[in-house]
Amino acid sequence: MSELLTLSGVETHIGRYHILHGVELGVPEGQTTMLLGRNGAGKTTTLRTIMGLWRASGGEIRFGGERIDALSTPAIARAGIGYVPETMAVFSDLTVKENLVLAAREGEMDQTRLDWIFGFFPPLRKFWLSRAGTLSGGQKQMLSFARSLIEPRRLLLIDEPTKGLAPAIIGALIDCLKEVKRRGATILLVEQNFRVAQAIGDTVGVMDNGRVVHAGTMAELVADEAMQQRLLGLSLDTHQ
Amino acid sequence: MSAQGTDGDTDAGAALPKTPRDYLPLLLPVALALAALPFVPSTSTWVTLTIAGLAMGMMIFVMASGLTLIFGLMDVLNFGHGAFIAIGAYMATLVLIPLAAWMQADSVWLNLAAVVPAVLFAMAVTGALGLAFERIVIMPVYGQHLKQILITMGGMIVAEQMLYAFFGPQQIPLPLPTSLRGSFQFGEAAIEKYRVVCVLVGLAVFLAMLAILNRSKIGLLIRAGVENTEMVEALGYRITRLFVGVFMAGSALAGLGGVMWALYREQVNAAMGGELLVLVFIVVIIGGLGSVTGCFIGALLVALATNYAGFLVPKLALVTDILLMVAVLLWRPRGLYPVTSR
Ligand SMILES: Nc1ncnc2c1ncn2[C@@H]1O[C@H](COP(=O)(O)OP(=O)(O)OP(=O)(O)O)[C@@H](O)[C@H]1O
Ligand SMILES: [Mg+2]
Repeated sequence: MSELLTLSGVETHIGRYHILHGVELGVPEGQTTMLLGRNGAGKTTTLRTIMGLWRASGGEIRFGGERIDALSTPAIARAGIGYVPETMAVFSDLTVKENLVLAAREGEMDQTRLDWIFGFFPPLRKFWLSRAGTLSGGQKQMLSFARSLIEPRRLLLIDEPTKGLAPAIIGALIDCLKEVKRRGATILLVEQNFRVAQAIGDTVGVMDNGRVVHAGTMAELVADEAMQQRLLGLSLDTHQ
Repeated sequence: MSAQGTDGDTDAGAALPKTPRDYLPLLLPVALALAALPFVPSTSTWVTLTIAGLAMGMMIFVMASGLTLIFGLMDVLNFGHGAFIAIGAYMATLVLIPLAAWMQADSVWLNLAAVVPAVLFAMAVTGALGLAFERIVIMPVYGQHLKQILITMGGMIVAEQMLYAFFGPQQIPLPLPTSLRGSFQFGEAAIEKYRVVCVLVGLAVFLAMLAILNRSKIGLLIRAGVENTEMVEALGYRITRLFVGVFMAGSALAGLGGVMWALYREQVNAAMGGELLVLVFIVVIIGGLGSVTGCFIGALLVALATNYAGFLVPKLALVTDILLMVAVLLWRPRGLYPVTSR
């Protein structure tokens, strides 16, 4: 299985803090890779470094074989990476429609694709002309997802999408991700909810203190409770 | 909340609810004008004062609109904005003084043939200087507010001194063209023609900006960038291009405002930029940093209040802007229409 995205020895400094200490991570093409780890482990920093929002001060990031660690954020996005940040970052002064118009940077929105998205997230159709700032948290997450899906991207980076959301919405997000993967996209998903990770993860990387401390298949981690306990400890609530 | 569409109201035929907008601030200038009515001795005086206030407000809006976008989008405190106001005015004199004969001619066409090129020249020069200023002075200090304040204030002082050096310390008279002199008579009330022109120009700039911001993709990008530049970049757009474009447009608008103001005062001097900058900053703060509509309302409020107060309680006129700003911020601490998260 070839890797679509590879991080080798990635170092990231934020101001005078050294946050990532040589991150090694491979994301196999066409699969869903889970990035797990306790709070403050460096998951968000890893995704932001891939997007070029923080600069890697060492190491290499390859996407489809090409180095992207020296590219600007817009260039990285245009290489085919969609990003759903931890904060969702919907443009609250813009309507749902306007948010998606911007996300569709190649031109007009494709109606078939839009209908496909509405299928997972009906509220987006309902609130099409409402300002995104007035949406509920779950609806904002749907919009943030929709922005990354309105045009096909090779890789999606998604940061803790289920945080604070009701089970019904989490279900919709999972259905959506499964379908996106089935259509051929590769996904790198940060997730604290082990149930979700278990439901859609193929491979997994576990981070701690700015390093990837374990990498393997999801099935292997699911089967080995001792390993779960050791790697994820109490930060994880398996009974969620 | 229940986000799952469990019922039929999500089908295409269903009504699409639009968010109610916040219209309250729009009523403020109207309320202010009506509140002043009983205190002014005659209706005709009130009409004159109101039109004068509107004209002044429109000019300040034209100057301030660029600054609010620059602040909102780039998070830059540009104290150099006043320099573009003064430079715009001086550039207009370069065209208008040689064409004085056309300005004084009794023909609308000859007047226009002088004024239009003067305005275009002023805007072209201030726009180009804006480009240079952004690339050379501002770019190294993005994200560093203290340095921005120091370096843009420095830029302002340098520009002012250069104007003194090139044009001399004296005021340069800039008479209005013949066809814009005098006033229309509406019953008792006399309305100066030039004030009407200012109102029309200001409205045109405002409507054009709204159209661009709401209808074009560039406009959407600007509004999105005011809120979150990182996400705009993560969607694949180069924010630096947007910055340069907005900075140039904002500087050119300051230049336009400077020409309008110079013709209103019928004179130009190098200190005008610094004087107007205070007013412009107050307007931007009242409006809510980054909001064009807020800036528009703020400019009208400040100008109307200044005109009414100047007539009714002249002693208060000096502090009306500050009082108004305090009042607005007590009501809405982040301005009339806060758009940035900063
Ligand atoms: N802007 C910043 N400035 C300074 N330190 C930061 C900044 N952002 C993150 N950090 C630090 O970097 C470390 C990793 O943070 P990061 O947000 O990547 O963790 P995370 O794994 O995403 O955690 P969570 O599960 O809470 O989202 C933390 O110690 C955090 O305090
Ligand atoms: Mg995080």
